[in-house]
Amino acid sequence: MSLSKDTVLPRLIEIIEPFNKKGIALSADTSFARDLELDSLTVMDLVAEIEDEYDIILPVNMLPDLETIGDVAGAVAEIKNK
Amino acid sequence: MPDLFDKFQPLIDQYEGLMASGMRDPFHLKMEKILSPTRAVVDGREIILVGTYNYMGMTFDPDVIAAGQKALEEFGSGTTGSRVLNGTYQGHAECEAALRDFYDMDHAMVFSTGYQANLGLMSAMAGRGEYIVLDADSHASIYDGCAMGNADIVRFKHNSVEDLAKRLKRIPEDAGKLVVLEGVYSMVGDIAPLKEMVAVAKEAGAMVVVDEAHAMGFFGENGRGVFEAAGVEDQVDFVVGTFSKSVGTVGGFVVSNHPKFDVLRFVCRPYVYTASLPPAVVACAATSIRKLMHAHDKRAHLWAASRKMHAELRAAGFTLGTAEAESAIIAVKMPDQERSAKMWAALIDEGVYVNMVPPQATPGLHLLRCSLCAEHSDAEVDEIIARFKRAAAAAGLPLST
Ligand SMILES: Cc1ncc(COP(=O)(O)O)c(C=O)c1O
Repeated sequence: MSLSKDTVLPRLIEIIEPFNKKGIALSADTSFARDLELDSLTVMDLVAEIEDEYDIILPVNMLPDLETIGDVAGAVAEIKNK
Repeated sequence: MPDLFDKFQPLIDQYEGLMASGMRDPFHLKMEKILSPTRAVVDGREIILVGTYNYMGMTFDPDVIAAGQKALEEFGSGTTGSRVLNGTYQGHAECEAALRDFYDMDHAMVFSTGYQANLGLMSAMAGRGEYIVLDADSHASIYDGCAMGNADIVRFKHNSVEDLAKRLKRIPEDAGKLVVLEGVYSMVGDIAPLKEMVAVAKEAGAMVVVDEAHAMGFFGENGRGVFEAAGVEDQVDFVVGTFSKSVGTVGGFVVSNHPKFDVLRFVCRPYVYTASLPPAVVACAATSIRKLMHAHDKRAHLWAASRKMHAELRAAGFTLGTAEAESAIIAVKMPDQERSAKMWAALIDEGVYVNMVPPQATPGLHLLRCSLCAEHSDAEVDEIIARFKRAAAAAGLPLST
């Protein structure tokens, strides 16, 4: 079954919700650094959860390009479909 | 006009806040005299050094000093060139020979620092489409080497064999993989379960690097490192190390049995594009390395001193980074930055130097890190403990009893 950014997004938001300490509304446009203000340790935990959920690897060197939740959803779909 | 320094303002504010409280500056201490591997003079007062990487106390070894002086006179103060041009002298070759003998391996390559050895190895060994799998708590030089190269970088949870296995399984079977481990992790002084980790890495078809920076000299029968003590010498593809700790000078190296190892001399940019070590430094290093091969008494004493220090600090109610002494590093946990700085300053007043770890290096932890030296006598360890107790009282640090 092929995944798309839009099919990944709702579940991804559920995974990110526990990391949403500021209680803001999460959408594809939410930025990790600017809106969620995650520190580097928390980012690592979050990445591990996403990797476990989809049984994939999100290489560390890819992270700087993933600014928003939508970017991550797109990357997950792309890696999964490879 | 934008000032490029603006991005550092939070750090500047934090530092100035600390200094405004009238605290002694932990990051700009000056050693006026070095009396021995364990004693120095600061502000005209003698202090005990308990925060150096001089584990084996080789810096004032008479043979090491004599070798350095001879090389300085005969070969001059510097090489003024790269290892691959005019910068390889007889001394560099002898230093690499000493490393081959020390590790009983076929190849050795000496870099100008350990930092550069890691930069060179990580950036050159794994390229595009290949993977580097590293412990989350890896040293900055390993991370920086990864950032410099083009491989995909995968982190696993610190010292978790299970997490390493899980991540290796997700990497395509036919992709080249390099697993990077450290014998001793220098922030809290814990050691890696190398036997299990190396087995998991080999099962996945990965090559393995172990950085033994904080273990060389006193782990294993021959002092080679944790990988020797763990009995995985024949499984490890590369060992990285440094001369800036047990060896007692400066420099870095990689040793290996791989038949094609020497090609790295052409492809490691931090090896090629920098000047080689001065003749006196490689002469000191070679002499020190050869002496470390037989330093059985020093190893035994360093272990005894480390265990004693750990047991007595714990008994005094300090909170330590590890349950038992796993290495010569004993990290004392502080509740926050302010009390960490207070305790550090109180220790200096008592005449004890330890490392205050900058908080950026260990997010979420405030550590005062002690490291022992084979030259610390039993009486000195007793004195250090007594001073720790007095400093804690002076700094208002609560102890658990
Ligand atoms: C694990 C580790 N690797 C490498 C290095 C770098 O060593 P050097 O001081 O030779 O650059 C260090 C020292 O800070 C280290 O702790």
